[in-house]
Amino acid sequence: MNKFSSRVYQWMDERFHLSDAIDFMKKKYVPVHRHSVWYYFGGVSLFLFIIQVVTGILLLMYYKSGEDQAFESIHFIMSKVQFGWLIRSIHSWAANLFILAAMIHMFSVYFERAYRKPRELTWFTGMLMFFVGLTFGFSGYLLPWNELAYFATKVGTDIAGVIPIIGEPMLYFLRGGEDVTGATLSRFFGLHVAVLPAVFTVLLGVHLLFVQIQGMSTPLHMQHLEEHEIKKMPFFPNFVLRDLLLWLIVLNILAILAVYFPWELGRKADPFMPAPAGIKPEWYFLFMFQTLKYIPGHVLFIDGELFGILMFGLGGLLWTMVPIWDRKSAEGKRNKTVTYFGLLIVIFIITLTIVGWLV
Amino acid sequence: MVEHPARETQKDKRDFLKLILVGSSFAWLASIIYPVISYLKPPKQSEVVVKSVKAGKISDFANDSGTIIKFGSKPVLLIRNANGEFKAFSATCTHLDCTVQYRNDFGLIWCACHNGKYDLNGRNVSGPPPRPLEAFVVTLQGDDILIHKS
Repeated sequence: MNKFSSRVYQWMDERFHLSDAIDFMKKKYVPVHRHSVWYYFGGVSLFLFIIQVVTGILLLMYYKSGEDQAFESIHFIMSKVQFGWLIRSIHSWAANLFILAAMIHMFSVYFERAYRKPRELTWFTGMLMFFVGLTFGFSGYLLPWNELAYFATKVGTDIAGVIPIIGEPMLYFLRGGEDVTGATLSRFFGLHVAVLPAVFTVLLGVHLLFVQIQGMSTPLHMQHLEEHEIKKMPFFPNFVLRDLLLWLIVLNILAILAVYFPWELGRKADPFMPAPAGIKPEWYFLFMFQTLKYIPGHVLFIDGELFGILMFGLGGLLWTMVPIWDRKSAEGKRNKTVTYFGLLIVIFIITLTIVGWLV
Repeated sequence: MVEHPARETQKDKRDFLKLILVGSSFAWLASIIYPVISYLKPPKQSEVVVKSVKAGKISDFANDSGTIIKFGSKPVLLIRNANGEFKAFSATCTHLDCTVQYRNDFGLIWCACHNGKYDLNGRNVSGPPPRPLEAFVVTLQGDDILIHKS
């Protein structure tokens, strides 16, 4: 067998020069320091994305889009298809864990200033992927066509409609008409299973390519050290094996969550029923949802909802553009504004998420 | 320095060709993007314009209760107050499009999404709604309740 595998390797190597890639990986090192643990969250997000692709394809075998069929088909998957409940539960849980892992990855990159020159484009592709990830969550949430999803989509798309000038055409475009109907479901389905995966895969490819070319970023406080003073571990096999071990742990956590806390289906959406008491969006939109509750009908001369959306838009833009406005970190200097802005956002998000959860 | 006339003509030609190339590239792109965007714009479907609906019989609605009635494709909230009077409002919250409900424990119209509140005249009294609810006219025809657009 060993002989066979080495012959296969040789056969491939002659044609595709595999040894070059292996040499490259052997020469690649990952810095070791007290913040090294954060390096793993990009990999965890990648692993959860792979799980989403696999379980998503499996769900596609039975899912039917359409007002009269969507809810029923998920019910069918959960009650009649063997292990259907498990696949659906894993898909829902992994979606949430993906957002969580991507958030941890994003915050750690932010506070470590890993976005600084020369990694600006890695940050931008990452941020784009994060927004695509949120759109994945938002569009996937509607697909079971249940009560919560229906109102979440009404609110979410109406928020887009509030934006001046482009808002109304965008609302029509997103909903496939004036209201949230089966047309919206078809659009979201197409977006969720075709458009977003394609966009995400391209961005992911570019993001990973950048990481491979540039290697891992070292924290600012290590920048003055000489090359030989930095503790390192080889990317292959040391780092890769640690990565795989963590993936295994994540898979176990996912299995426990999916089995012991199966994702509920809720009640079928009915456009002629009032929004149920206690309605909430997914946890990662909760802070925005809660903030919108506190903003009064009018702020100065504009509608409160528009004011809220403008504020969120501005905050998101500032966050995304941090490699542009934070020049100090690129020069190896400490920039306290970045830390304070980051802490303000983290505290704001955590506080409003907890309040939204409890109220 | 004197420019070579032949070289000058060649530069002009090249600039002209560049312009043609860039121009036609844009035209080509537009010829693809325009139909795709037009395709994605949902066509306006002619809906039957509903001016009034029959909500049911007076005896179907208890005092101090609210019911959502289908008004074409839109929800309308029909309220019968404690005195037995009927009132109707659009059930679509003016904040972010959720469907409101009558809460007899508050004596108000309430939106569960962002805790918006309206009084029984449809006026926004608390929370984020920026405008009052659109009012509908309720008339009684014998035992039947009719709801009209005002």
